[in-house]
Amino acid sequence: MAASKKASKKTTKKKRPEQSKMDAKTIQSIDSTAKMVHGKIIKLDKPELKLPQRSLANVSYDRRVGHFKLGRIRKARALTVNTVKSFAQTLKLMAFSKEMVQEDDFATKREAYYVSKNWGDAKFREQPESDAVMDDIEALFSLEGLSREHLRFYPEEHGGAVAGELTVIDRDEETGKPIEIDCTGFGSGAYSIPHSVEHLKFKTGAKFILAIETGGMFQRLNKHRFWRDSKCILVETMGVPTRATRRFIRMLSDSVKIPVYAFVDCDPYGISNIYRTLKVGSGNAAHLNQFFCVPKASFLGVTPQDIIDFKLQDATHPLADVDIKRAKDALKNDPFFKAHVRWQKAIQQLLKMGVRAEQQALAKWGLNFVIEEYLPRKLKQTGKFLP
Amino acid sequence: MTDAAESGSLFDHLEASTGRERKGMAAKTSKSKGAAERMAAKQREISVSEFFTKNRHLLGFDSPRKALLTCVKEAVDNSLDACEEARILPELAISIQKLAGRENIYTVSIEDNGPGIVKAQIPNIFGKLLYGSKFHRLRQSRGQQGIGISAAGMYGQLTTGNPVRIWSRTGSRAIPHYFEVRIDTAKNKPTYEDKATDWDGKKHGTKVEIDLEGEFRRGQRSVQEFLKLVAVANPHVHLTYSDPEGQELIFESVTKDLPKETDEIKPHPHGVELGILMKMLHDSEQRWLSLFLQREFSRVGPKVAKSICSTAKLSDRAHPKRIARSEVDKLKKAIDQTKIMAPPTSCIAPIGEKLIIKGLEKEVEADFYVASTRSPSVYRGHPFQVEAGIAYGKPGDTMELLEDGKIIKSAKKKKKRPDEVLLADANEQIRLIRYANRVPLLYQQSACAINKAVVSTNWRGYGLSQPRGSLPVGPMVIMVHIASVWVPFTSESKEAIAAYDEIIKELKLCLQECGRKLGTHIRKGKRLANEFKKRNYIETYIPHIGQALQEILHLSDPQTNKTVKCLTTVLEKSRKF
Repeated sequence: MAASKKASKKTTKKKRPEQSKMDAKTIQSIDSTAKMVHGKIIKLDKPELKLPQRSLANVSYDRRVGHFKLGRIRKARALTVNTVKSFAQTLKLMAFSKEMVQEDDFATKREAYYVSKNWGDAKFREQPESDAVMDDIEALFSLEGLSREHLRFYPEEHGGAVAGELTVIDRDEETGKPIEIDCTGFGSGAYSIPHSVEHLKFKTGAKFILAIETGGMFQRLNKHRFWRDSKCILVETMGVPTRATRRFIRMLSDSVKIPVYAFVDCDPYGISNIYRTLKVGSGNAAHLNQFFCVPKASFLGVTPQDIIDFKLQDATHPLADVDIKRAKDALKNDPFFKAHVRWQKAIQQLLKMGVRAEQQALAKWGLNFVIEEYLPRKLKQTGKFLP
Repeated sequence: MTDAAESGSLFDHLEASTGRERKGMAAKTSKSKGAAERMAAKQREISVSEFFTKNRHLLGFDSPRKALLTCVKEAVDNSLDACEEARILPELAISIQKLAGRENIYTVSIEDNGPGIVKAQIPNIFGKLLYGSKFHRLRQSRGQQGIGISAAGMYGQLTTGNPVRIWSRTGSRAIPHYFEVRIDTAKNKPTYEDKATDWDGKKHGTKVEIDLEGEFRRGQRSVQEFLKLVAVANPHVHLTYSDPEGQELIFESVTKDLPKETDEIKPHPHGVELGILMKMLHDSEQRWLSLFLQREFSRVGPKVAKSICSTAKLSDRAHPKRIARSEVDKLKKAIDQTKIMAPPTSCIAPIGEKLIIKGLEKEVEADFYVASTRSPSVYRGHPFQVEAGIAYGKPGDTMELLEDGKIIKSAKKKKKRPDEVLLADANEQIRLIRYANRVPLLYQQSACAINKAVVSTNWRGYGLSQPRGSLPVGPMVIMVHIASVWVPFTSESKEAIAAYDEIIKELKLCLQECGRKLGTHIRKGKRLANEFKKRNYIETYIPHIGQALQEILHLSDPQTNKTVKCLTTVLEKSRKF
């Protein structure tokens, strides 16, 4: 065990910063969970960990809160053949998490997986196993308002790019001193959202945030300084937004209280995966959603109606089978779309037309049609955006 | 040794000749002229001995290896029969030694503590085929025909030229006798030398020595295995054995109870055949048919006799000797149509469930023993009784559930030599050991009714695997015993039992009875093994839980150890079995 401790200890020799309030809460939560288990064992009771079940069956959509919420279904980890291994692994991973909080370190999912290789029989064979246990712990502590980042498990992928009238206040990793980053000053490049955004603070004069699906569109809007003319912040989501991107947008919109508009392709993937995940979170990670969704987001485009309004019919492609299946699935099973009649109508309209249109389809009317015509026209009627 | 007698079925096609004690063979004589007369000149009597000299395979002397075994088997059978009839707990000493200076020649010596043999009978018993006490009575015994030991002696004489040597003493006051007996194969008569001897240290008993050509082997169908099997089915017998390689073995007896004394019974009318019925009618001293039926058969009273007579439309006062051929037919039919009570079963003595288990326990190391004895039944008028025993599981292969909820592997016992282990391996076919009247049957297993019954029983239902049409697979020995006044062997060498429907049915019922108990055990064993595996798996992770808690809560090492201990206890207590 001593060996495992040494192995998992990171060798960075930075000064240990004061534990933040959240760190103290994290440690306290881990401790109380462990004490509960230990107490039962000492009293010769069957020890048990009850973890929220992470699945669509245990998710409800609350319109007022604006995101998916975990239900009351719990799964037990105890001394049974099926659960004892993950029971041990859950506790080991919690111990690892506590150690990282105390050392002010972090581990990516992949790193955590490799750390387990030193656990003997309890090691994870494949990363999906460690990811699942990690998600379980995350779900458990999300009930106490802690996210995975608080537990010091950081996602592998960083966030998307950000450009516009925004100053991000980060801190120096060595000295801990605040650093101000001006997102207008990256020239033809852009600010990249870090893996963990919990410590960031913001200053901005922008009026809204525009989340853009494709890198191409982001480049175009950035190059032509769209953010300056329309006083906004551009965020590139690169497909389905990563945790960091979602958290960044959420924190930003919360702290400066400005709306978020999504600008994605007009197809079932853009609507039900990218936008839905951005706004209310995803079904199989429902425990995350309270942190990783942007309830304030609304759907700028491209809407099915836009295809008609902007005469894009001849710039479309027919819906593929997977698209149709995804759309029908969204109508039938997705609590979010089921709760919004306007969305149902929009998706039905899309299905009826049987086509999809990409953001780039607007280039049919000229490369900068989107800047000169489309976006200004849409932004005049933000009230009509789909919810 | 008291045995020797005559064979039944083999001579059915031959004409029986004289008297009760002797059944020689008369050559058929032809009455036709010419060629027939020329042929007649060559036709002469064949002695039984000559017949068997040429057909020794019929008696189990076909190969040197088998001859050695058959010789021991016949001598042991005789000794045990004699001891039991005299109500003496048998103690036998068997020895096989190489005869110095001669290749493949062995001296087989069997000594018992039986009643001994009176002087006048010794030459006949050992020097005359088909001489003995057991053929003419209906009573359960090992020997049936009276061929065995004299045939062994004859085989020895044929292959070595040496006579059979017999020592015998009938009591502490009697003078011990020593005989050297040879068989005159042409006449089926003994020639002998009688010498006075002093045989110290033996109050009564018999010792036989035969020199014969043989092949000594270990393993399957060896003398050693035969004796081991004898010990299984005869837990009251004490055996010592020394082999040519100097190995000494002792098979201890585990009970002082001799097998129940059996009664001699009269034949049952339903088992009688036409020819025998004719002969019985002819030989009878009774003057009335009704009385003949009542006196010569078991289970026939005045009422039954009357009913048989009236069904056959014969007068119950008809003289038995005058009943003509056609009338015998009618009589036989009438007997078969009449309902007659089953024959008395006091004539058979099963080993009994308790002693089967004792016998198996003493010779087969296993985890689980079960036995079942059926009540007696009847085939063709002969009462018989079937019993079976099962020894299952190599020690140490199965789990035991302790009272405090712990599961452990049952203790391993010491390993025996592989050729001494009767139990098959888990992936092998089971071992089937067959007995007829307590005598192990070593050859022709596949032709035997017992084998057929085992194969046609569905062992899958009892948790064993069983390839279609063959014996089940598993670490198991099945012993099956058929006790009867007349065991229907398929040949004179007494190697396989004929498959009568009644016998097969009883065998299957008996095996199923054992199988059900075995099934319960196997299923329990499987559940236990499964649970053991699960607990082991869970226990792998207990230290990790302890470690994780130690890391989080900064427990001291003793505290951690206590946690781990508590977890193990919780695991054992919480899992219901």
